[in-house]
Amino acid sequence: MHVPDGFIDAPVSLAAGAVAAAAVAVSLRGARRELGNGPQQAPGADRTAPLAGLVAAFLFAVQMLNFPVAAGTSGHLLGGALAAVLVGPYTGVLCVTVVLLLQAFLFADGGLTALGVNILTMAVVTVVVSYAVFRLLQRVLPRGRASVTGGAFAAALVSVPAAAVAFTGIYALGGTADVPLGKVFAAMTGVHVLIGLGEAAITAATVGAVLAVRPDLVHAAQGLNTPLELRTSPAPDAAPAPRRPVRRLWAAGLLLALVLGGGVSFYASAEPDGLEKVAADNGIDEQEKAHATEGSPLADYAVSGIAGARLSGGLAGVVGVGATLAAGTGAFLAVRRSRAAGRAADERS
Amino acid sequence: MGAGPADTLHLPGGSPVHRLPPQCKIAAVCCFVMLVVATPREAFPAFAAYALLLACVAAAGRVPPRHLLKRMLIEVPFVAFAVLLPFVAEGPRTEVLGLSVEGLWGAWNILAKGTLGVAASVLLASTTQLRSLLRGLERLRLPPLLVQIASFMLRYADVLAGELHRMRLARLSRGFDARGPRHWGVLAKTAGALFIRCYERGERVHLAMLSRGGTGTMPRSDEEAATRAEWATAACLPLLALLVCLGGWTL
Repeated sequence: MHVPDGFIDAPVSLAAGAVAAAAVAVSLRGARRELGNGPQQAPGADRTAPLAGLVAAFLFAVQMLNFPVAAGTSGHLLGGALAAVLVGPYTGVLCVTVVLLLQAFLFADGGLTALGVNILTMAVVTVVVSYAVFRLLQRVLPRGRASVTGGAFAAALVSVPAAAVAFTGIYALGGTADVPLGKVFAAMTGVHVLIGLGEAAITAATVGAVLAVRPDLVHAAQGLNTPLELRTSPAPDAAPAPRRPVRRLWAAGLLLALVLGGGVSFYASAEPDGLEKVAADNGIDEQEKAHATEGSPLADYAVSGIAGARLSGGLAGVVGVGATLAAGTGAFLAVRRSRAAGRAADERS
Repeated sequence: MGAGPADTLHLPGGSPVHRLPPQCKIAAVCCFVMLVVATPREAFPAFAAYALLLACVAAAGRVPPRHLLKRMLIEVPFVAFAVLLPFVAEGPRTEVLGLSVEGLWGAWNILAKGTLGVAASVLLASTTQLRSLLRGLERLRLPPLLVQIASFMLRYADVLAGELHRMRLARLSRGFDARGPRHWGVLAKTAGALFIRCYERGERVHLAMLSRGGTGTMPRSDEEAATRAEWATAACLPLLALLVCLGGWTL
């Protein structure tokens, strides 16, 4: 992941360094605010160095934790999205930057002239993109721990390919090897979508583990903590939760399915769908056999023997809804009965 | 400063290269690598001259070649990438093996410049102590807060690595064996526990600093600034490299 010297030409490396320096300067100001509002409401400047330093050390250490993938291969966390969710975007940028800086100077991992490129893609883009995705999702999703973990998953999932796309952009401006841009883009994003999946799973699980023990430490979940209150009177009995109106929900769903299947389906596109189109374009469907139920009374979403297109399609839709409902309900009832039988058997033994 | 993860990286010694002030060395290495990157890739003699310059520095700093080569292994993933380049790049092909000419140039470019860059940084890290490396960065006007964060990180990195090691031993002694994605949950809980320990340690460190009269700024070390002679010595490397680079452009 670390870009070495000579990969990007000198002017673009310098420009990337300037942009990265500006981003780090902004983060230096922001981090004081983020780490400052601790329990004692200190101005925060003196808390920043030890806390951010320890978080940077955490990122450095967590990259040593190997996650086995399959048969001998393993990967490790990159940590940009994790830092953004746990300690906030400004501190996250700073911590990843410090890790990259020391990796370049001490371990020669990533070139010195490519430091700007590395900070820009791995610290700034990763953290900013993941935090933006996370905030956006928090606006949409209901408040709660599950949506914080879910948001962390999505944020990490997007952040890794985003860094790959950013690198491709820099490569387009100042790449030294003449590999066609499309190939670079496809290879970079393809590999990094896979890496992003692993990163997302681990990030979400880690955020969930921290949330379970110290939810107050998760920067992104600060709004979730209700302040503790002192009660002197015995707590009132909690009212039982209202029963959800299952029957009404079920009836509304059935009605909607009937309307969609019977009426709206007439306006559905008769064009071939994506798979059919690709198959036809590439000649895959030449070997396609006629479906075994070609001759059935409901083939190709119409009822045979009924003339009007609207009536015929609608009727087929209604019959389909009914059949799906019957099959689904039957399966559901069967599962419930076998579970109840299993529970009864457990109780007997 | 404690040992730190990078304690094995530094080779103690008293050579002229070791004794140079860190800020001079950092500036010299950065300029050198910049010049290497700016050299046209067709100038083969220039790259040989750069390698010779670095070999001279290694000899002056008494860095054994074995140590240098071992540390340069970090470059291996990019060597693999460079080997792939001639197969995927576009343009006219060679007659033997049908490799792309443009790809061969690209691979040579990355290999040569990347190797020189890695060798230069390894030489810097081998002849400079961690503590003075950070001080040098601060003298080169890196924001003090960033330097402080980096120094806290280095100071505690091996403490955290130790905690991670103990957690691993605890998992192993309970018969846990991570073999696939099914076991990620346990490892992620390890990472979560490590984060909580880190953050709480940070809070304790801050309180300990306050209780000892800390104000949030590190006391500046009163080391005298580099003399003009030291700057001149350090400038030898980039100046010679500049000559080589100019030579490479005029070839």
